Amino acid sequence: MTTNPLRDPQDRRLPQIAGPCSMVIFGITGDLARRKLIPAIYDLANRGLLPPGFALVGFARADFRSQTFDQLAKAAAKAGARTDWRDSVWRQLAAGMKFVGGSFDDDDAWDRLRSTLADLDAKQGTRGNHAFYLSIPPGLFPTVVDRLRRSGLATADVDPTYPHAWRRVVIEKPFGHDLESARRLNQIVAEVFPSESVFRIDHYLGKETVQNILAFRFANQLFEPVWNSNYVDHVQITMAEDIGIGTRAGYYDGIGAARDVIQNHLMQLMALVAMEEPISFDATSLRIEKQKILANARPPARLDLHTARAQYTEGWAGGVPVGGYLDEDGIPADSLTETFAAIRVDIGTRRWAGVPFYLRVGKRLGRRVTEVAVVFKRAPHLPFSSDDVEELGENALVLRIQPDEGVTLRFGAKVPGTVMEIRDVNMDFAYGGTFVENSPEAYERLILDVLLGDPPLFPQHEEVELSWQILDPVIEHWARQKTIDTYPAGTWGPESADAMMARDGRRWRRP
Amino acid sequence: MQITLEHTNASHISRELVRARKASGSPAMDMVLTLIVVCDDSTVADALHAATTLSKEHPARIIGVILGKATGAPDLHAKIRVGSETSGESILLRLSGRLVKHAESAVLPLLLPDSPVVVWWPGQAPANPSGDAMGALASRRLTDAEAASQPVRHLRTVARHYAPGDTDLSWTRLTPWRALLAAALDQVGSPVTGGLIVAGSGNPAGVLLESWLEDRLGVHIRWRRVDSTRIEQVVLETADGDVTISRGQHGAATFSVPGSGERSVPLPTRSLAELLAEDLRRLDADAIYAATIRHMLREDS
Repeated sequence: MTTNPLRDPQDRRLPQIAGPCSMVIFGITGDLARRKLIPAIYDLANRGLLPPGFALVGFARADFRSQTFDQLAKAAAKAGARTDWRDSVWRQLAAGMKFVGGSFDDDDAWDRLRSTLADLDAKQGTRGNHAFYLSIPPGLFPTVVDRLRRSGLATADVDPTYPHAWRRVVIEKPFGHDLESARRLNQIVAEVFPSESVFRIDHYLGKETVQNILAFRFANQLFEPVWNSNYVDHVQITMAEDIGIGTRAGYYDGIGAARDVIQNHLMQLMALVAMEEPISFDATSLRIEKQKILANARPPARLDLHTARAQYTEGWAGGVPVGGYLDEDGIPADSLTETFAAIRVDIGTRRWAGVPFYLRVGKRLGRRVTEVAVVFKRAPHLPFSSDDVEELGENALVLRIQPDEGVTLRFGAKVPGTVMEIRDVNMDFAYGGTFVENSPEAYERLILDVLLGDPPLFPQHEEVELSWQILDPVIEHWARQKTIDTYPAGTWGPESADAMMARDGRRWRRP
Repeated sequence: MQITLEHTNASHISRELVRARKASGSPAMDMVLTLIVVCDDSTVADALHAATTLSKEHPARIIGVILGKATGAPDLHAKIRVGSETSGESILLRLSGRLVKHAESAVLPLLLPDSPVVVWWPGQAPANPSGDAMGALASRRLTDAEAASQPVRHLRTVARHYAPGDTDLSWTRLTPWRALLAAALDQVGSPVTGGLIVAGSGNPAGVLLESWLEDRLGVHIRWRRVDSTRIEQVVLETADGDVTISRGQHGAATFSVPGSGERSVPLPTRSLAELLAEDLRRLDADAIYAATIRHMLREDS
């Protein structure tokens, strides 16, 4: 195909619109699809970023006709949309919406899916381009991926009418529950889809955030010179949620906080903060640098001293009385699954030797926040009396990931007055106003990237496996324990986590 | 918080701004630009409304400048608003007397340090925006030909004085059309051999669209005049068949490319605030706009 004369790299007003295609969502009736995917697709349509003739196909076990599916999708889109509601946009979207009901191992249903897609290729003009979104429990991946292969839907070259057609697959975390299972899962997917067609997504870590971190680190002269063990004392990476496990008992119990979040989200954040400058910002160069960090990161030598795990118990969270983890629906009374996990990770590179990275994650903590705090060493000499600097802490640079994405710089300043007294102050920058109103939500960016075929910034299987290599010994150590620590809901975690920091002469930041 | 200052000057206004900002707990110190809106009593309400809506996306110091009668003793009144509802700050200056001829002197001390300055004339803009004293303060100048009494003529006048950083809002209004046309050609393999624009005469966006298409495609674009204030239809002819996009009802358009059926796509009419937001997303010169107006002027001569 020749290049389009109306497009020009200098023409930055024109949005990148995906080519004609359809997206097939497996598990369209699920929580994620209804809360995130359908609204994101509506928002994309509303911003005019979907191709004319985009089709959305829902596949689920539920039994409804197209009509009721339409109502469900509309209600979901209306409830979750971030842009204004326009009936005309919805009507155009709904015209390309189809539902295929049936179980994932039902041959008839797969036949219906195939004929639906063939029909859309012809009528809606999707031209054989299809993205498959597996919004289903990981246990069903093998079934669905295998069916995609057997039905011939996984490969585009079977239909000579559309020589340039593509097929892509999106899978959500968790990518396995340990190194072994991650490898198995990857094998299943890799047999059917080439690695550039597989989009592994971590919805906590949007592309926007990744690019913000990259821009902050590598577009500025100010921060990189101190971004190493000469100046940095340690790094704390926190993801705290104020909610409990809600309705996810079936998924969560037996998985736990470390597998759910540390393995993917926190390890990725760590890699982005710790990596060297990539030679370019394409997906491959970025991946190379992240992999170097993950390959050099080690779990603590003393797993008993530098890890902590706990469960929340009954308590008051944000002014509301809430039950403990064991009281949640569907959780066995003897469950040892952790809802809080903290580990120390050391990175064996010249830049980071001697600078521990502390990763912690938890549910029912003080408030909802994700941040990376780079804590600096104290000034080597303070020409003040110890009284003057009593309230001076360590300088810190905090990359706030959510909810209020931005950067906080914490440093000492003199308290106005005749007495020399130095106290910590914060300087804040919020991406807030400037970009947030219009910046697409993580799922919008993701879906658009999939449709455009933009090589994902998301991890490929090597990174997934390296992350498991770090976490596996920790999880095995925990699996040998007969008890688990606890913390009251609404607090900042168990005493064992504080003790783990105290052993190193440090303490957790209150985010 | 709102402060009204009568018979004032720029340093007094700056002092009050700092005070107001402190009083409301230093909101929005992360303002990214200064937006100067040069208007008169008839355009001020709409323009400032759009500008404050806009500051949700681009927190800005908005300086509304109302130019009064240019005779008599110089006088300056100011209204400052900080915090409430908007995420930036807004200052409304009312100038009268001989000060009107030196309006930039009242504005210059109020510009945010270092950050970009944008000037927008929601009504009649000067013929030479970058040569204008107010325009010279800014790196980005927004005119709006549709607000002029003779839109196309005004567009040409401003284009003849083009300096990097100038754009006209009729170009911004055109983006959805351009996006659809580019998307259409993404799907068509064979080159465009000709085209047609169906629009009302005297439509500056239509004139720009014609120039853009001719410049990019290297073909002659015909024009069919209809009784409308907007662009109604665009047809691009190729060996495989026609690409046709027609404006429909309720912010929709029908879209057809060779080889697929007719489809409905969104083509919403955007508000002034949305247009401004698009323009402020990039604060550098728009090379494609420059090439388009160059083509337009070449065709004229």
